[in-house]
Amino acid sequence: MLKILVCISHVPDTTTKIQFEGDGSKLNKTGVTFIINPYCEYGLSRAIGFQEEGKKVAITALCVGGPEVEPTLRRALAIGADDAVRINADATDAGFVAKQIANYCNGKEFDVIFTGKESIDFNGSLVPGMLAEYLESSFVSYATHMDIADPESMTAQVKREVDGGEEVMEVPLPAVISCQKGIAEWRIPNMRGIMGARKKPLSVVSPNESLELVATVQFSYPPAKGNCQYFQPEDVSKLVDSLTNKGLV
Amino acid sequence: MPVLLFAEASEGVFKKPIFEAATFAYDLAQKLGTDLQAVTVGPVDAAAATGLGAYGVSKVHQVLGDSFVNAAFASAVAKVAESIDAKAVVMAQTYNGRAIAPRVAVKLSAAALSGLITVPDPAAGFDTTRMAYSGKGVEELKVNADQMVITVKTNGYKVEEHPVATTLVEVSNFSSNDVDAVALELIKAAEGISLTEAETVVSAGRGMKGPENWAMIEELASLLGAATACSKPVSDMDWRPHHEHVGQTGIQISPTLYIAIGISGAIQHLAGVSSSKNIVVINKDPEAPFFKIADFGIVGDLFDVVPQLIASLKSRVG
Ligand SMILES: Cc1cc2nc3c(=O)[nH]c(=O)nc-3n(C[C@H](O)[C@H](O)[C@H](O)COP(=O)(O)OP(=O)(O)OC[C@H]3O[C@@H](n4cnc5c(N)ncnc54)[C@H](O)[C@@H]3O)c2cc1C
Ligand SMILES: Nc1ncnc2c1ncn2[C@@H]1O[C@H](COP(=O)(O)O)[C@@H](O)[C@H]1O
Repeated sequence: MLKILVCISHVPDTTTKIQFEGDGSKLNKTGVTFIINPYCEYGLSRAIGFQEEGKKVAITALCVGGPEVEPTLRRALAIGADDAVRINADATDAGFVAKQIANYCNGKEFDVIFTGKESIDFNGSLVPGMLAEYLESSFVSYATHMDIADPESMTAQVKREVDGGEEVMEVPLPAVISCQKGIAEWRIPNMRGIMGARKKPLSVVSPNESLELVATVQFSYPPAKGNCQYFQPEDVSKLVDSLTNKGLV
Repeated sequence: MPVLLFAEASEGVFKKPIFEAATFAYDLAQKLGTDLQAVTVGPVDAAAATGLGAYGVSKVHQVLGDSFVNAAFASAVAKVAESIDAKAVVMAQTYNGRAIAPRVAVKLSAAALSGLITVPDPAAGFDTTRMAYSGKGVEELKVNADQMVITVKTNGYKVEEHPVATTLVEVSNFSSNDVDAVALELIKAAEGISLTEAETVVSAGRGMKGPENWAMIEELASLLGAATACSKPVSDMDWRPHHEHVGQTGIQISPTLYIAIGISGAIQHLAGVSSSKNIVVINKDPEAPFFKIADFGIVGDLFDVVPQLIASLKSRVG
């Protein structure tokens, strides 16, 4: 039996309008659509893929967050996770989140821990590496392919993106694997999945005491753009002049 | 408490993102009133190591050996950081940097800050900012730790030289017993300008109608010394290779000049390119959302505009 943990972050859909509370202290969540972070969904899909290959697997979806993240975990259950866990704390600092997940993993003997390559809210890309370090496990970042040819061997064959190409790796399990495009295709939950998700277990666990080393002071809006300088199609050379004057070409 | 730069070598030498990180690290060291040192791990060209002096690095710690993966890299960097009691460890936000930085942060119990473009201010409790929510917000951060591990966004910081004399020291007796993945083989991407490092990127979308029309995009890119990129549907349809796909689910880039041709500017595309410093948009639809964040725009048929653009550039080159 392969025990797989899929770490899921709960993020605003990219198309959603972003507004902050009046004092800029936090995101104003009214009217914001939240989704499973797309990179985490790749990990979930890959885990389900192992099941379809005929391997015996147990898939747990986990999110560090308040009660508002439960619909996101239910969606992971509808897509195909067997059970879900919510660690009841606001996810702020990456180190805090990684520590909470590591504490949860302690003694549970997961063989594979999937994460996304990054969360699309802050693009921090920190939790997976920190988690691997806390667990003292092997780690593959930005994985684009993964196989476990022989589950008995406790090794996986993984490809990852590196500067200048792709690296083929042999990975001892347990391992933290951060996923990106290529490792699997997203799946749309079917009606049976959605109905079944309601009955699957979702447990809530309390966080451990842990420090937050990075804290939000304030949010603001980036300076507005919107002074596009237009050129007529027949004036392409004037555009080239402008670019030349700015030293861009 | 010096600032420590992790100078990541590719095939023994350093590339531009390392010099950006070095300049960032130098500026941080200046603000702290301390010196800048560097650590290299694995085989490094001696001239390249000494050359770090041009960026203000006064001492280079060389951890020698040739088979390192992330965990061992992180152990080596952390070991040097501890030995000199570094206030901050700075590295480039390359693929390796992203994998190593979080591990080093945990080893040092340091605060981890990724993708920075401004130097944290010691006078203001190391406050710094980062982009949030696909470029729709800016978040101001505060550090509650004595040490920091920072990655610097590629193309996010301007390289400057600050020459000093530099000494090389070998770190002996480094051995790692880290458990980690083993790299068996490197499949090199086709030669060409790396998309994340490119100063100029020429990108095209579904407006191109089909892969057979890409010759002009490549010609334009080669005239400009630019890398080529594309929108997601273009790579999904296999008109272009997947590694060219930029956006929320593709690569995030911030070149000095981004030229978007026949791309509508959907929010998921913008999520990967909106931090480009100058944006040119060529699209026949005046309502295309891309124009809202463009600096320069031409409303017109790309099959007419792009050849003119090529001709105009060629006439200048000579
Ligand atoms: C979860 C999710 C993630 C996504 N991630 C990404 C991502 O990472 N990157 C990405 O790019 N997209 C992404 N998308 C898709 C995105 O929403 C858009 O569908 C996509 O960016 C559109 O690509 P396009 O602009 O090439 O094509 P279109 O939207 O079809 O636009 C083509 C443009 O070309 C113009 N045009 C056509 N003919 C001509 C001509 N002759 N001359 C000049 N202009 C012409 C048209 O006016 C139009 O504006 C994602 C979508 C989802 C749901
Ligand atoms: N609050 C969270 N709960 C569970 N997993 C998380 C959380 N935040 C981040 N992760 C995991 O870490 C990955 C990278 O996130 P980040 O470091 O925030 O960019 C995500 O894709 C998730 O797999």
